[in-house]
Amino acid sequence: MDDKGALARSLATTELQFAAREVSPNLFAMSMNTEDSLREYIRLFVKNPLVNTFGPLAKILDFVANAAPGVKEILAVGKLCWEVREHNYDIVIVDAEATGHIVAQVDAPAILSGLVQVGVIREQTKWMQEILHDKATTGVVIVATPEEMPVLETMQLLDTLQNTTNVGVCAVVANRVHDDVVQGGDVAVFDSLWQAVQSNAMPSDAVEALRAPMQLLNVATQRRQNEVGNLEQLVARSREGGVMFMSLMDIDAHDHGVVASMTQVLKDELQ
Amino acid sequence: MNSLRTVLETGRLVVVTGSGGVGKTTMSAALGAFAASQYNRRVLVLTVDPARRLADALGLESFGNAVVEIESSALTRNGTPPAGRMFAAMIDTKASWDELIARCAPNADVRDKVLSNKLYRNLTERFVHSHDYIAMERLFEAQQSNGYDLVIVDTPPSRNALDVLDAPRRMKEFFASRLLKLLTSQAQSRLFSLAAKPFFLVADRILGARFLTDITEFFTLFRTMEEGFVKRANEVEAVLKQQDTSFMVVTTLESAPLHEAEFLIDALRERGFSLNTVIANRVTPQELIEQAQAALAKLEASIQDPSFVQAVVKATEAVEPTAGQISRVVSTIARKSAEAVRKGESEHITLEALRKRSSGSQAELCICAISGAEIAQATALVALGESVRPA
Repeated sequence: MDDKGALARSLATTELQFAAREVSPNLFAMSMNTEDSLREYIRLFVKNPLVNTFGPLAKILDFVANAAPGVKEILAVGKLCWEVREHNYDIVIVDAEATGHIVAQVDAPAILSGLVQVGVIREQTKWMQEILHDKATTGVVIVATPEEMPVLETMQLLDTLQNTTNVGVCAVVANRVHDDVVQGGDVAVFDSLWQAVQSNAMPSDAVEALRAPMQLLNVATQRRQNEVGNLEQLVARSREGGVMFMSLMDIDAHDHGVVASMTQVLKDELQ
Repeated sequence: MNSLRTVLETGRLVVVTGSGGVGKTTMSAALGAFAASQYNRRVLVLTVDPARRLADALGLESFGNAVVEIESSALTRNGTPPAGRMFAAMIDTKASWDELIARCAPNADVRDKVLSNKLYRNLTERFVHSHDYIAMERLFEAQQSNGYDLVIVDTPPSRNALDVLDAPRRMKEFFASRLLKLLTSQAQSRLFSLAAKPFFLVADRILGARFLTDITEFFTLFRTMEEGFVKRANEVEAVLKQQDTSFMVVTTLESAPLHEAEFLIDALRERGFSLNTVIANRVTPQELIEQAQAALAKLEASIQDPSFVQAVVKATEAVEPTAGQISRVVSTIARKSAEAVRKGESEHITLEALRKRSSGSQAELCICAISGAEIAQATALVALGESVRPA
């Protein structure tokens, strides 16, 4: 929806366009462009030769999108719902815009139907809402890193989606979750050793060999402790809302190899 | 190019941009807290969406549309009170729009009609783009007031920051649009306007006559405020390009935020804004990487050395580890710190590329070291701001 080129890089393909392209067998990709979406909408629904006298659509769209509430949102979400309604694909996965935009987007048909009493768009918002509000058809997947702010935003988003929209949340995925540096009974040994290093309670050779490597790992340990606290909150809130929680490996890069590894992790988590 | 410290000491407006999740809000608050602590300045941090913990750290119940002052005691470090004062506020879109309408409306009748209009309420409450203009409005208001010497604005993530910066221009284009004039002209003349006819025919069919009437009524009211809005948009644009306004890009060294940072660096330059600082956040300190690398050679050589193992056993005897645990912990330290060193080295290469990119845009590259600690009090924010240093 907010194409920055990362999806194309992840799928190891060239720049994506509004027209969907098969990037690997049975996998199609496109990038959202509201001007093209408006063009397609007019072609499909208006069928009025006078449309050609409108001049550049971009100019009109710019005006309308700035002036009328929800136009950009409805053009984007309308295109997605259209693909679902027409059964053009078995599943449509949307890499949505940032957290602050998602509610306005999924709720755009409901809001617009409240504003528009008659007309073609009124009818269209009805089937869009049927698609979006049917929990067997549509679900939001929220992805968060286990840091304080993303976790807080995720919990707020869960509340907002549940309280103000009829769109269901089907999963919360925690991404880039770090491993424990040491686990179980080894934690006490590690801590005890770190204390000895810090207080120079060991021969200087041993301290020299251990200090910097342990200092480096201590940052990771502290971050991991913070993550655990944040994830506990997220798990509790997610369970309360009846959604699935998945913890994933540390993933940063956007390349096809990483996507393949992540696919395997998701497969394992889902089984 | 001014150094970050000079910007904080003498600048009037700092606009902080960056991808989501890079620590932009915390960095804005940290730089604000440091500037208030270090310099005799009144510093306002205007944020879009602060975390609960950040409000706690600043000793606030919560942020709101109204500006609140941070207690001087919260910024006092080692008994030394701050040299300046710190204020904070969050942009509340709805409340800010209502205030703006009240100020720009030519009379109370128009004001009340706009505030109670159904479209206006939806526009300000539900749709994200209404946030963009109002963020600029609040920034301008704060910068023009005599209440603050320095205003630090934390913008929405990434490209949405550009929407915010473009908002004044868009507002002017909106009022200058022929379509707005057609839409708000009298119904009678509209009907006979050849230019408007295709638009209205299609719009009637899609949106319905009633909605079109609602839109027309709303924009007719809105147009009465054109003068105030356009004047203000021009003033906001001028402020963004003033000499004492500087822009900042915050990023981490991961691939996605870095890609966004590069995009922002170029986009800000294209728009003629003065990018002064690029901050690489959560960077592993190079000195630590070098020390760890040197120590690792010793550690690997020592792992099989009985005297080293004996020293570790003695140091940890209080927790009575087994031989297996000792061996596992020591080899884990060696393996995982070697991984961290490799990651740090790769970060260093990325940092060098970012340095070139920044200097090409006449911006200073600064780094903020990675820390495991959460920000739990305002003095920690001051320390974080202080720790940001040239790369």
